[in-house]
Amino acid sequence: MSEVLVLVDTLVDGKVGKPTLELLTIARRLGEPVAVVFGEASGVTDVLASYGAERVVAVDDTEVREHLVAPKAEALSELVEKAGPDLAAVLLPSGGEGKEIAGRLAVRTGSGLITDAVDVQAGADGPVTTQSVFAGGYTVQARVTRGVPIVTVKPNSATPEQARGAGTVEAFRPTVSDAARGARITASAPRQASGRPELTEAAIVVSGGRGTGGNFEEVEAFADSLGAAVGASRAAVDSGWMPHAFQVGQTGKTVSPQLYVANGISGAIQHRAGMQTSKTIVAVNKDEEAPIFELVDFGVVGDLHTVLPAATEQVRQRKG
Amino acid sequence: MNIVVCVKHVPDATADRRFEDDGTVDRVGVDGLLSELDEYAVEQALQVRERLGDDSEVTVLSVGPQQAVDAIRKSLQMGADKGVHVVDDAIAGSDSVATSLVIAEAVRRIGAWDLVVCGMASTDGSMGVVPAMLAERLGVPALTLGSSVEVEGDIVRIRRDGDTATETVEATIPLVMSVTDQSGEARYPSFKGIMAAKKKPLETWSLADLGIGPEQVGLSAAWSVVQSTEARPPRTKGQVVTDEDGSGAAALVEFLASKKFV
Ligand SMILES: Cc1cc2nc3c(=O)[nH]c(=O)nc-3n(C[C@H](O)[C@H](O)[C@H](O)COP(=O)(O)OP(=O)(O)OC[C@H]3O[C@@H](n4cnc5c(N)ncnc54)[C@H](O)[C@@H]3O)c2cc1C
Ligand SMILES: Nc1ncnc2c1ncn2[C@@H]1O[C@H](COP(=O)(O)O)[C@@H](O)[C@H]1O
Repeated sequence: MSEVLVLVDTLVDGKVGKPTLELLTIARRLGEPVAVVFGEASGVTDVLASYGAERVVAVDDTEVREHLVAPKAEALSELVEKAGPDLAAVLLPSGGEGKEIAGRLAVRTGSGLITDAVDVQAGADGPVTTQSVFAGGYTVQARVTRGVPIVTVKPNSATPEQARGAGTVEAFRPTVSDAARGARITASAPRQASGRPELTEAAIVVSGGRGTGGNFEEVEAFADSLGAAVGASRAAVDSGWMPHAFQVGQTGKTVSPQLYVANGISGAIQHRAGMQTSKTIVAVNKDEEAPIFELVDFGVVGDLHTVLPAATEQVRQRKG
Repeated sequence: MNIVVCVKHVPDATADRRFEDDGTVDRVGVDGLLSELDEYAVEQALQVRERLGDDSEVTVLSVGPQQAVDAIRKSLQMGADKGVHVVDDAIAGSDSVATSLVIAEAVRRIGAWDLVVCGMASTDGSMGVVPAMLAERLGVPALTLGSSVEVEGDIVRIRRDGDTATETVEATIPLVMSVTDQSGEARYPSFKGIMAAKKKPLETWSLADLGIGPEQVGLSAAWSVVQSTEARPPRTKGQVVTDEDGSGAAALVEFLASKKFV
């Protein structure tokens, strides 16, 4: 059976994130998963194996850690070459870094590239991907016709399923060119953990926009009552009320949760691009003409400053 | 410093964007404009030129159909010094791999360049891969997704708000850079800018000028194919209640409970 390379997303607190487990689950539809980890892999081998990794390639990154994405692309392209023509696909996480690695890898290996897949299935002529485009207005199915299919996959594209793989660990030391060391990370401030679920992985997202007037406490309290992640519109981010990492939309995160609650958000196309594929959409907005109401399964025309605290209280009471 | 800004002409996001029968984006039947995210790239290029205050030059480069000249013109009106438009029937339907090839060859032809500035992603394809591909092809470092930009001698430095950390990243020119919509509002063309743009040099190049064969680009040379496209069924508007009588929160929580979210 042919192999599928899976790039393990940057470990957070030394742990493998859910998106990586989704990638491994998808990889098993296409072939035998080979997990590629940059840096220390001993702590994560077991979880990778339990989601199907037959091999775990631990790439020694001591010399390239501070050089952004280019060295990772070179290391992966070496692995692609080593694997030969039998390789079924390379799967990467669809973040900024994953997409850049994928882009470079495509050029280096002469392979076709598909980004932001929300589903990948085995097909007669290789993997068939599903993408959501034009602000979620269209669904597109595509496939790679040249080289090794390189596909970046969005979070929440599959339900992780366990299936034990051998998990044989191999150390790999890449040859990295000087050119790839050109970009240097000179300072790094880790993002503060919010204690809430990760925005792109959460089952429920509660967002606030300009209508919050800058007070996100009500939005946060409602989110916490539901065990939800907090999101924001660009207007809220541009006003400095929330960090950019919380922005939902075209130039922020794309979320596709079971429930999305938009509070004081008008529903501009660029915001919709990031949340339109949510299962259930709810909005609280004081303007009954707000475009967000065209999308909702349930809407409240009202002031979020009265509706949210009352709703938070009632959810708490119900939960006891 | 010689700066090249890559801008794309895209279908208007607020118009009814659609596909052609062959799975390519309809770029003719829908109104187009300079990709809003590339305005930020033009802005940052102009700011670098202004801060250096020397004889630095900003060249706008766009690969695209005839109408793409509008995107170049708008950039010239904003203040760029000259324009290059690569237009060729064979380019239609190119994927990002081919597009990056054309851009790379055009950058080489522009000659002594120091800095290529791109937007974070095009608002139609929005893959966000061309800058990395370009750096790979040109064999230079890439500073991507900059939310602020600083130039100090030969060194360019950006702030990069990643998913797990905020980083400062730097490299020595020549290099490729991309900037996000957090980098600062783009200026509007002034009346003076609009008048001045009319006299600025604008060259039109074909694939032959770049030494690229028609078989290397376009839909038939794409390394990936769209098998099918389907318009997502529009969401049907659900129940909307008003909170006039103060019952909004209770109705909301009742709805959430009925869906098992509470
Ligand atoms: C290239 C580009 C990229 C963009 N990317 C993004 C993106 O990624 N994400 C994004 O969100 N936007 C993005 N935008 C911006 C987008 O176009 C909108 O400007 C933005 O989404 C508006 O945010 P908002 O809905 O919070 O603010 P507004 O549009 O000002 O809406 C505020 C809403 O709050 C309501 N309101 C006010 N007070 C109350 C109250 N007390 N109670 C209840 N409701 C109240 C108002 O009725 C109104 O509907 C982008 C724009 C461009 C051009
Ligand atoms: N056809 C094009 N002509 C000029 N620049 C482009 C073109 N396509 C993409 N770019 C540049 O590459 C960036 C990322 O595009 P993309 O990878 O398509 O999302 C854009 O913001 C532009 O700066």
